Amino acid sequence: MLRILVTTLLLCLVAPLMAAAIETGDPALDAAFVKITDRNFATKAEGVTALAASGNPKAIELLRGLLEGKLRYLKKNKRLVWMQRQDGRTVAIDALNAEDYGKFSKRKFKKLAINNKMRGQIGSLLAQMELADPDPAVRLASVTAMLERSDPAQAELFTRMLSTEQDPAVREAMQAAVALAQLSDADPAKRRQAIAAVSDSLQPGVRNGLTRLAESDPDEAVRAEAAKALEKIEARVEFFGHVETFFFGLSLGSVLVLAAIGLAITFGVMGVINMAHGELIMLGAYTTYLIQQLMPDMIGLSILLSLPAAFLVSGAAGVAIERGVIRFLYGRPLETLLATFGISLMLQQLVRTVISPQNVPVSNPDFLSGFWQINGVLSLTYNRLYIFVFCLLVFAGLFFVLKRTRLGLQVRAVSQNRAMARAMGVRSSRVDALTFGLGSGIAGIAGVALSQLTNVGPNLGQAYIVDSFMVVVFGGVGNLWGTLIGGLSLGIANKVMEPWAGAVLAKILVLVFIILFIQKRPRGLFPQKGRAAEG
Amino acid sequence: MSFATQIRRLSLAVSAVTAMSVVGAVQAADTIKVGVLHSLSGTMAISETTLKDTMLMLIEEQNKKGGLLGKKLEAVVVDPASNWPLFAEKARELIEKEKVDATFGCWTSVSRKSVLPVFEELNGLLFYPVQYEGEESSKNVFYTGAAPNQQAIPAVDYLMEQGVKRWVLAGTDYVYPRTTNKILEAYLKAKGVVAGDIMINYTPFGHSDWQSIVADIKKFGSAGKKTAVVSTINGDANVPFYKELGNQGISAADIPVIAFSVGEEELSGIDTKPLVGHLAAWNYFMSVEDETNDAFIEAWQKFVKNEDRVTNDPMEAHYIGFNMWVEAVKKAGTTDPSAVADAIIGVAVPNLSGGLSAMMPNHHITKPVLIGEIQDDGQFQIVSQTPGLVVGDAWSDYLEDSKPLIADWRTPLSCGNYNVKTSKCSGQNY
Repeated sequence: MLRILVTTLLLCLVAPLMAAAIETGDPALDAAFVKITDRNFATKAEGVTALAASGNPKAIELLRGLLEGKLRYLKKNKRLVWMQRQDGRTVAIDALNAEDYGKFSKRKFKKLAINNKMRGQIGSLLAQMELADPDPAVRLASVTAMLERSDPAQAELFTRMLSTEQDPAVREAMQAAVALAQLSDADPAKRRQAIAAVSDSLQPGVRNGLTRLAESDPDEAVRAEAAKALEKIEARVEFFGHVETFFFGLSLGSVLVLAAIGLAITFGVMGVINMAHGELIMLGAYTTYLIQQLMPDMIGLSILLSLPAAFLVSGAAGVAIERGVIRFLYGRPLETLLATFGISLMLQQLVRTVISPQNVPVSNPDFLSGFWQINGVLSLTYNRLYIFVFCLLVFAGLFFVLKRTRLGLQVRAVSQNRAMARAMGVRSSRVDALTFGLGSGIAGIAGVALSQLTNVGPNLGQAYIVDSFMVVVFGGVGNLWGTLIGGLSLGIANKVMEPWAGAVLAKILVLVFIILFIQKRPRGLFPQKGRAAEG
Repeated sequence: MSFATQIRRLSLAVSAVTAMSVVGAVQAADTIKVGVLHSLSGTMAISETTLKDTMLMLIEEQNKKGGLLGKKLEAVVVDPASNWPLFAEKARELIEKEKVDATFGCWTSVSRKSVLPVFEELNGLLFYPVQYEGEESSKNVFYTGAAPNQQAIPAVDYLMEQGVKRWVLAGTDYVYPRTTNKILEAYLKAKGVVAGDIMINYTPFGHSDWQSIVADIKKFGSAGKKTAVVSTINGDANVPFYKELGNQGISAADIPVIAFSVGEEELSGIDTKPLVGHLAAWNYFMSVEDETNDAFIEAWQKFVKNEDRVTNDPMEAHYIGFNMWVEAVKKAGTTDPSAVADAIIGVAVPNLSGGLSAMMPNHHITKPVLIGEIQDDGQFQIVSQTPGLVVGDAWSDYLEDSKPLIADWRTPLSCGNYNVKTSKCSGQNY
């Protein structure tokens, strides 16, 4: 009796395993698939190696799908499938024979999970397999990927391939890889040759190899040459390090300028202490989020559309604040401060209640992601580059409005001498509202830019309000150039100090510096001159 | 209006108020009050609002099951507004004025430190649901979140298994990251990692410009040894940090980041495609495949009427803590805090990953430790799980000062920091 029971139990256990067998007609591939669909990551990794070694024409495609997390398997019989959109529904297509399994359901399929170790493994397997790709660009990418992983065993492979490789860029990359590998050659003469060959390279692998030679090579001449080459490379690395710090400073500075430039109008030109300035930035960022919700498939376009929309939303909010509250408080800075602080809290809570107390996701379009690799050690991120350019454009636009348009003329007239401007027929209250709206609208535009860099949440504004006032006061109240120069120089100062002082101390030092500076020059970098400034 | 009318109105009002307070007193006798002390406004509202809702849901479910000791449970929600001194005031209000029998709340360590004297003075019970730096065990606090040995140490162990040799310990500049990193540094050195292979970096709260730090990490990681970042970066600062990592082209396969403060809730504010493969260590993930978890997720999404809402680790901690308290009250037959505190030690309730978590004598609980990799849908893929449950350790074994300390709140020891070398209890309650 017991035996029957045990047998039945065993059968029950074995039955699903039997059903799980995969039949592709290729026993090597079958074995690989069984391993890949295993739960254990070590077993999966073995399966991946087997799949790459199987020589199946679909192997590259499958490995890439695995790497990108697009491959799933049917729980029932462990067939690998792709998800495809067909006529508005998701269907499962067999990855090997393109058989259509019909509608996709979450319960029937499971994602083929991989871990970081496997990502690295698949990456280098793909690089090796794509070395023979007919497209030179793919070959170049694959050689570069292998160079990064700097596996000495590759030298032989590359030397062999160099004899047939035609494309100059690919040849160059391969030669570098060969030289790099030859740094650990047994023959000292070859090692010295290799040092000479790589001495122009800024690749981290080269530096590590040279450091190793300079420290512990048995041959003295090799040690000396390696040290010399290393010194030359280090000098260049240091130079590019400075360039990088300068760029970081400029980009931090441009964020500060963007956040502060609206305030330079409302506080600088009009003299209103607007504590709700940060929340106007926040409104701009939320506008970006809402527009992205409306057009989830066109991220790039949504960002461009957000710019005018955010200007209008924040600008309108600014006009409402000016007409509703601030105009009754002109000349009473303390009350303005308290009232606008209250408005800032109300706007924050409004966003918490209406949208959510959680941060909201804003996607980056492709043209704002990634980096521009200038050489082995210097790369500039695109989003920072664009924001720096954008900051300059906003500044130029604002400058144009203030200096070349009728509104700008009236704004300047009212801020310099209100009574006289009114006597000349300027409707000063209308100009006040428009000026405040302009400053607020610019804050909204800054919000669009910030949504690409940082969190979009109810607290976004608070993070920038102190910095904004700091920049405007430092640059000189009432002077747009002051805001630009002040913001950029504070950004650079912060970034120059950060590497040796740490982020916390660098920020404190900048604040201390500003306090001391304001003691010496209370009107900032570029004080406003003339009779108005005295009043 | 004549004076007489005014008097009449006044007396009417007074009697109405009296009547109402009598009704209130009658109600109070019929319900057991549970305090919920989570910030609903200010910087921490982003994380704590969810926990308030979790508590409301748990209390509602318990009431559907018939309440407790034949009475209904009543939630008393207060808003300490992310303001640390206000936490202490609100805690006092909950215990003295509202007469709650237990309180569930706090997120940051500083808020817990702020309410701790209040709970000890008034003998209240606090269930604290967030992972923290350890080095504390109070008679009146139950730590249902992870202690460092239930999160940080297993995380580092996992990375060591994956071949990591160089370590960046990056954190926000306050007590939790500083203490955790001190423990981790001591642990790494004990494991033979040299000082030159450890880089420690602190940034202010809400830090948003990560360019130079990420560039430094990239440089540090290009020395030819496998490098990983152990991140105790808190809250809002994480999004710009991960964005900068993605933009500078650092993928999880090059330099993985393992975070202790990034969960499903935080990821729901980020586009996670560039983050795939970065890690987090918790005691619970929403992606845990278990029936209790499925039921919990379903109940939660129904309660907040939103199918996109995620669950996270501190929510599970409240789930465990609340059920433990319910069991302890049943066991003690009363809600009296002292009796419940005695009864709760040893109580075991199901957690959401298919096991039983028990309250230990040091007021910490047993939990499994899970390591997950971020997926492109904002969920975690579990890549490692401790074979058994890990007992929360109040005093770290890797810090010289706290090595000889143990906490045991059972009689006869009844001490949160008993020194086994000198056989003395410092007398301080925490």
